Amino acid sequence: MPDPGIILAILVATLRAATPLVLAGLGELVTERSGVLNLGIEGMMLVGAAVGFMATVVTGNPALGMIAAMLAGAAMALVFGFLTLSLLANQVATGLALTIFGIGLSALLGVDYQSHPITGLATVISPHLSEASPAVQQLLLIDPLVMVAVVAPFLVHWYLTRARGGLVLRAVGESHDVAFALGYPVIRIRYFAVMFGGAMSGLAGSYLSLAYTPMWTENMVAGRGWIALALVVFSTWKPIMLALGALLFGFVTIAQFQVEALGIDIPPQLLATLPYLATIAVLVLISRDTTRTKLNAPAALGRSFHPST
Amino acid sequence: MQLKLEARPARLAAMVWLSPVVAVVLSAVAAGLLFALLGRDPLVALYTLFIAPLGTVMGLTELGLKATPLLLCAVGIAIGCRANVWNIGAEGQFTIGAICGGGVALAFGESGGALVLPLMLLAGIAGGALWAAIPAFLRTKYNAHEILTTLMLSYVAVQILGWLVHGPWQDPEGFNFPQTRQFLPHATLPLLVEGARLNIGALFALAVVPLAAVLLGRTMTGYRIRVAGLAPGAARYAGFSAAGTVWFSLLLSGGLAGLAGICEVAGPVGQLQPIISPGYGYAAIIVAFLGRLNPVGILFASLLMALIYLGGEGLQMDLQLPPAATGVIQGLLLFFLLAADVLILYRPRLVLKPGVKHA
Repeated sequence: MPDPGIILAILVATLRAATPLVLAGLGELVTERSGVLNLGIEGMMLVGAAVGFMATVVTGNPALGMIAAMLAGAAMALVFGFLTLSLLANQVATGLALTIFGIGLSALLGVDYQSHPITGLATVISPHLSEASPAVQQLLLIDPLVMVAVVAPFLVHWYLTRARGGLVLRAVGESHDVAFALGYPVIRIRYFAVMFGGAMSGLAGSYLSLAYTPMWTENMVAGRGWIALALVVFSTWKPIMLALGALLFGFVTIAQFQVEALGIDIPPQLLATLPYLATIAVLVLISRDTTRTKLNAPAALGRSFHPST
Repeated sequence: MQLKLEARPARLAAMVWLSPVVAVVLSAVAAGLLFALLGRDPLVALYTLFIAPLGTVMGLTELGLKATPLLLCAVGIAIGCRANVWNIGAEGQFTIGAICGGGVALAFGESGGALVLPLMLLAGIAGGALWAAIPAFLRTKYNAHEILTTLMLSYVAVQILGWLVHGPWQDPEGFNFPQTRQFLPHATLPLLVEGARLNIGALFALAVVPLAAVLLGRTMTGYRIRVAGLAPGAARYAGFSAAGTVWFSLLLSGGLAGLAGICEVAGPVGQLQPIISPGYGYAAIIVAFLGRLNPVGILFASLLMALIYLGGEGLQMDLQLPPAATGVIQGLLLFFLLAADVLILYRPRLVLKPGVKHA
């Protein structure tokens, strides 16, 4: 019988590793449900991580840091929105540009903050964290952002299936021409969805730099933005499935540390490839069934909308 | 006030080639603003970035050296894009090419003579192609999209390189540094200019330009690629194999990126180490678009991107700007290019009163 303490530690670690994937993934899910494919998650997360960290160091308040990260992510998304929605640029190319730009911008912004010490979010909230018993310590590691990641999938699910705004958003994503003919402001709704995606990516990034690591290093998102993107496809655009997928990935991510703890001798670099290989495996499993993906994908995904055409 | 786009009756062909020029000018202006924000004299910084590296023979050879991997990767990416195959994992194919070619150099050691270098190059090409074959297989067999698979495999490739140089391939006399033995002279590419680092890899890159242009413009394979990209339905109707196009373009671009990788480690780097590329594989995506997915255009775009890399080093040394500034300028360049490209198909018009219809 394994030690319940270890099981609790694994559960909490899984939840924490899944949090950035859930937050960023939900943002992208809403963006894609409105018919827009934004490949810039990785870039928006990086800028969110850098800006959130800087704002926290400057103000000493992680809540302000998170708000700054969300604003930064939304601002990045606004650039993407302007190019793809107003100027009708190719969404795939613009998303790639956003990621390349975000990698550079975050590194430039954060250059003076590299390896700057900061108190992790959980310790900020409960200053006596290190004195608590191991079990309580684990529970206290479930910080507010982790709780947001637990609740948010249900809220997004409710919004997309029950709320009027969510239904309109989905209509826009299925057929922008029909939605436009019905009088819905297609472009404005897509701007909203894209910026929501950016804010969520920014928040996910700030979780990494404020709570998970907690520090800022260049390129610290390390592909999580792309994994979140794969999770959206894996979830067949359903928020709760997305959260389950993220938990699976959270487990794979921490498995590498567990393997080390068990004393199994596998080089750390090879263990670090696990999440990426798992992403490919998941993508293959889900894409194999073409009809299922096609039936669930928003029909207008990736297509530009111009009223005259 | 509102921005309206009116569809042009026909493509504005001139804008296809004007757009990169506009993008470069706008990026330079934006970069100047960025430098001013960072407290540097923008004119001095722009001079350091764009002009100073071109003033010496040494600078020009370095330009050619840096343009080589960009050109090789970008031509492959462009051929893929023409077929609507998005290989954004050139960085990973570059890395595996370097590993396979470098492995040949390490395996031969002091033996092998003149045979070693050709074998290294072949192993590099094969390694890159093999790494790209995985996404090709997953796309054609399981419908898994290559954007994600190629990119994920790039992260995997970099980790594999890290493992090799920290572990089995580490130089036993290297004071525990994560690097392999230095490649011996017969396992390094001959230099083109005495005293400079420019090597014959640049000639491979230059040779690829006309070959790719002929392939795309003058052969049946090129025609199939272009039809598959422009009109997938027509390609299917004509009986062109969609899977064949995916395989061909991924193997070709992987092979070219692998060649770039082995040329880099058998050239300026001279050994395997954890970081062998300052993001050439990703910058090559920008180069491909900037060069209008056209081999000749890519030649010029790769020189420009090499200049940004080289000038970026100057900014670090002379003006103490962080290396990340280069990345920001690269990203800006692609943004402005995509924005300027709107003018190819649309005519922008500012409408004062929203809601007023234009015919």
